[in-house]
Amino acid sequence: MTIEARSLSFRYGDKPVLREVSFALTSGRFHALLGPNGAGKSTLFGLLTRLLALQQGDIFLAGQSLKKQPAEAMRQIGVVFQQNALDLDLTVRQNLQYHAALHGLSRKEARFRGDQELERFNLLDRANDAVRQLNGGHRRRVEIARALLHKPSLLLLDEPTVGLDVASRKALNAHVRTLCDEDGLTVLWATHLIEEVSNDDRVLILHQGQLLADGDGHRICETEGTRNLAETFHTLTGAG
Amino acid sequence: MKASQYWHCFVGIQTREWLRFWQQRTRFASALVRPLLWLVVFAAGFRAVLGISIIPPYETYITYETYIAPGLCGMIILFNSMQGALSMVYDRELGSMRVLLMSPLPRPFLLVTKLLAMGVVSVGQVYVFLLLALLVDVEPPAWGYLAVLPALILTSLMLGALGLLIATWIKQLENFAGVMNFVIFPMFFMSSALYPLWRMNEASPWLYWICQFNPFTHAVEAIRFSLYLEWNPMAYGITAGVTVVLALLATAGFRPQRTKILGSKPA
Repeated sequence: MTIEARSLSFRYGDKPVLREVSFALTSGRFHALLGPNGAGKSTLFGLLTRLLALQQGDIFLAGQSLKKQPAEAMRQIGVVFQQNALDLDLTVRQNLQYHAALHGLSRKEARFRGDQELERFNLLDRANDAVRQLNGGHRRRVEIARALLHKPSLLLLDEPTVGLDVASRKALNAHVRTLCDEDGLTVLWATHLIEEVSNDDRVLILHQGQLLADGDGHRICETEGTRNLAETFHTLTGAG
Repeated sequence: MKASQYWHCFVGIQTREWLRFWQQRTRFASALVRPLLWLVVFAAGFRAVLGISIIPPYETYITYETYIAPGLCGMIILFNSMQGALSMVYDRELGSMRVLLMSPLPRPFLLVTKLLAMGVVSVGQVYVFLLLALLVDVEPPAWGYLAVLPALILTSLMLGALGLLIATWIKQLENFAGVMNFVIFPMFFMSSALYPLWRMNEASPWLYWICQFNPFTHAVEAIRFSLYLEWNPMAYGITAGVTVVLALLATAGFRPQRTKILGSKPA
């Protein structure tokens, strides 16, 4: 599925947060949206998920305009937000069923798909536990399982490893990469942590609301004349 | 989208609200303390001061407890709706709201269903309150308990929509204390919840007219009349009309970026 953002600009009051951001994501690939804190990553995610209304520009998912056909576009998107969006007092299964219902799935279908996803994430035995009883890494896995319940083509993850320890961060990152390889899922992974990005990834570097680089990691390094992505990131943004 | 998808979504949102209610049942039980204090303590103190003449829908002299019970039903819904609507926009429900708004179904449908789900839980509390009110001899006719149901649901939807409208658009009222001082208390005191409006008219004609323009007055009267199996088309009509207008304004004007739903500073 093709995803294209065209000339996105956004401002909070007088303060511009995104300026003429355009990119197209490649179907079935892992994309890293790299940017220091305050670069505009969450705003971009807000626009992609319709939590923010488009001010200028448009987003197209499989040719469907987010402005004109939001329902069609939203069916194609799964999201993992930066902040926890699980109901801690409900069980894992109840959380999944709520999400499935919001996408119009019956209870039976929700249960079937939910169990399928939980099994894939090795969490089926925790299905009846309250989310509060899970550790941070497991909660994140539940959120990803939930985001995949309605079988989206695009998975958006906004700094999904915030608050996790190094081992859990690595495991989560590796897991999402397998989703691209095995299911052909298109992934946009926002982060400010360079170690979560590989040279072979498609990388988008956002800084102060502007897209400074967009391409395969090693190509960007070649263009910038740097040895690795960490150096590129530092050169372009002064961060890292 | 198919009708069945709307139905599954509707059921899913209602179910989640009841699950949360069950998880937080002690909090909901403690919320009944306020109206019970009014009914048992305040009413006992004021019954001697405030004589109630025979006014519709009552056919005989009634105790003050009987008079204020419908107003206190409204009060339960008023507090719950405002608190619920505020939590949708500002605190406890933010995660759930993000998930809600990611649904491909139309946002007005999602928001009204959510308000309705919160309202149905409030209505459950009202019934518990009415059962406890039997202990102080507030005894409406048995069918009244059923007849009052539409009025209670309508009231909860009206106040939920008002809460959502306020929470979305008036940033200065983002905490519950502000809403309590500037919305809940004025609405409650300037209504027929605690005293019949003819008494208010004797005391101050301009306050009487404020009470008449207060939609909460009409919601309370719709509850009162239904509970005693009397039909009050004006109270019902105004409550229903205001509910439709507020629900349209609240859902059509709802912009997540005016809230903290995204987790960033609202514009």
